[in-house]
Amino acid sequence: MAVEFSEIAEAEFQELLSRYPNTLAAMLPALHLAQREFGWISVEVMDYVAEKLDVHPTRVLQAATFYTMYNKQPPGKCHIQVCTTLTCALMGGYELMDHLEEKLGIQVGETTPDGNFTLTEVECLASCGTAPMFQVSYSDGESDYFENLTPERVDEVLEELNEKLTDLPDPRKMHS
Amino acid sequence: MTEERAEQNEKKDEPREDSEEKGKAEQQREQDGEPDSAGDEKEQTSADEEKSGSAADGEKGPGPRAASAKMDKRYLSRNFEIPKAYNIDVYEANGGYRALRKAMGMDGETIIEEVKKSNLRGRGGAGFPCGIKWSFLPKESDVPKYLVVNADEGEPGTFKDRYLMELDPHRHIEGCMIAAWALGIRYCYIFVRGELQFAMKRLQNAIDQAYEKGYLGKNILGKGFDFDIYVHPGAGAYICGEETGLIEGLEGKSGQPRMKPPFPAVVGVFQAPTIVNNVETISSIPFIIEHGGQWFADMGIEKNGGPKLYGLSGPINNPGVYEAPSGITVRELLESPDFGGGMRDGHELKAYIPGGSSCAVVTPKPEHLDVQLGFEPMRDIGSSLGTGCLTFMDTNTCMVRLAARLAHFYHHESCGQCTPCREGSGWAAKVLDGIEAGRGRMEDLDLLLDMCDNIEGNTICALGDSIAIPVRSYVQTFTDEFERHITGKGCPFPAWGKGGAKADSDAA
Repeated sequence: MAVEFSEIAEAEFQELLSRYPNTLAAMLPALHLAQREFGWISVEVMDYVAEKLDVHPTRVLQAATFYTMYNKQPPGKCHIQVCTTLTCALMGGYELMDHLEEKLGIQVGETTPDGNFTLTEVECLASCGTAPMFQVSYSDGESDYFENLTPERVDEVLEELNEKLTDLPDPRKMHS
Repeated sequence: MTEERAEQNEKKDEPREDSEEKGKAEQQREQDGEPDSAGDEKEQTSADEEKSGSAADGEKGPGPRAASAKMDKRYLSRNFEIPKAYNIDVYEANGGYRALRKAMGMDGETIIEEVKKSNLRGRGGAGFPCGIKWSFLPKESDVPKYLVVNADEGEPGTFKDRYLMELDPHRHIEGCMIAAWALGIRYCYIFVRGELQFAMKRLQNAIDQAYEKGYLGKNILGKGFDFDIYVHPGAGAYICGEETGLIEGLEGKSGQPRMKPPFPAVVGVFQAPTIVNNVETISSIPFIIEHGGQWFADMGIEKNGGPKLYGLSGPINNPGVYEAPSGITVRELLESPDFGGGMRDGHELKAYIPGGSSCAVVTPKPEHLDVQLGFEPMRDIGSSLGTGCLTFMDTNTCMVRLAARLAHFYHHESCGQCTPCREGSGWAAKVLDGIEAGRGRMEDLDLLLDMCDNIEGNTICALGDSIAIPVRSYVQTFTDEFERHITGKGCPFPAWGKGGAKADSDAA
């Protein structure tokens, strides 16, 4: 099944194009839109975006691989991104990571076998005054910051996330 | 997790349990229940809840903080606690868009002169005088001129622009419009780091409202002035905080910085004359118009004007974003109950970083605490003001591990086009990891310093310098500690987490 934007996404895409003097400049927002639509940025999706933007596919490959927010593999429905850079390292970011690894039964960089959670370590998320923290990116394109975290609070957050799971699409099944 | 750490975290959460704070948060949530035009209501509300929590950090203390004799009220942060100030009606009811009207009665030259007089320095870390940067933009141009706002806030330790975008987005838009009016700019892109989805929603919502009210679009306020603003999302690259890297990202390419000259003012985005300014810089403009450049300059010290946001983080009593005049001392920010409230019980100050991880680390000697936060005074003590977001570290902090962690950060974020930065950052990280793990040799210290000398000044952009400056400062300031790691064949400090720092793993 070839990938194709839904009607709503197509309208959004056209609006994006109207913002810039050339189509190449719409690259980053177009890839965000494609990731929301198709769950992750496969080579097939890159080719589709290249066609839509009327640019050579290497342009898309370049952007998709340079920027870390584009997932080149399907992530879990909830992608937990723990900051460990500076203040977060000082305030317990690594302890947070340990706790999450234990609770989720996976190592950093892995996805749970049910496809629900991916755990990654990321660089500074501009939330240093409320460290330690993590961001969760959902497979529907939304995201939340969870700040001032303690292991107890993390357990609550995981429960909240578990409740959301049924409403979230599985990125592995969002395109072939 | 150590018990001590758990205790710290508990303490940190205390204000959120406080009934008064909770009341405020709930109140805010109720008011926010009404859906905004953009975004779905549920997400908005849950994100607001989160926001009320973090904004509450700036709410301690009775009323506006009297920072010093020079500043009896707040400006940049004055709308932070006004409910729904991100909506245009509330913003206007609190004096919003008056500065724009005043500015549109002035000519561009006069505005640029006021901004020069104000001593407003770039708030993104480099500290270039804003008025002078503006004067570099050619007056005449065959192609449309652009304003690009650098909202790619990613310097480790820095978290101030996020507050301006989320809590007072109209102030920012008003600043963009004044800049555009003064400089004859046609289009503006606000390049927001991709992770700050909530800030982008707030900005977009505010922009939509401004269009509805006729503040944006064609023939603004009947003055024949056309101006459009677009929000542009980044996608997770620290290097896009560098102005030409940001321009490349805006053009849809990898964020690899350009050689300068030409400077963006002459050849910027889409080959057109471009001004790139930080969020806080632009958000300061309406106050300069409202009160005059001299007034702004008076609220500061020599060459450093105006009120400024300071972010305080680390094991201190009141971490958060605070507004104070330029030139306030580090001691006042750290110790005053109106600001940081001092180090937490049981934590002794070992060092601080003045404005993001690219600044040299500073020890708490009396003259380093009584220094005024301005670009020149901070340079005189061997560091820099940077973004003005201070990170405090206690005596449990291992400086070798921190230096290694930061080297990994720069290695990960190096765009890769200059060899000294790409290879040097990884090499520095490996040598530092070795010392931390007890595999260090005494000659590694000279090796590190030599590497720093070979990176600094030899790259297209300042990211290379941002590796060399901190690494050199940790080695030189804490030489004893590095030597102890080498002679003792390991790290004497408490680990970060069970596995120690996972510095060896490449952060996603």
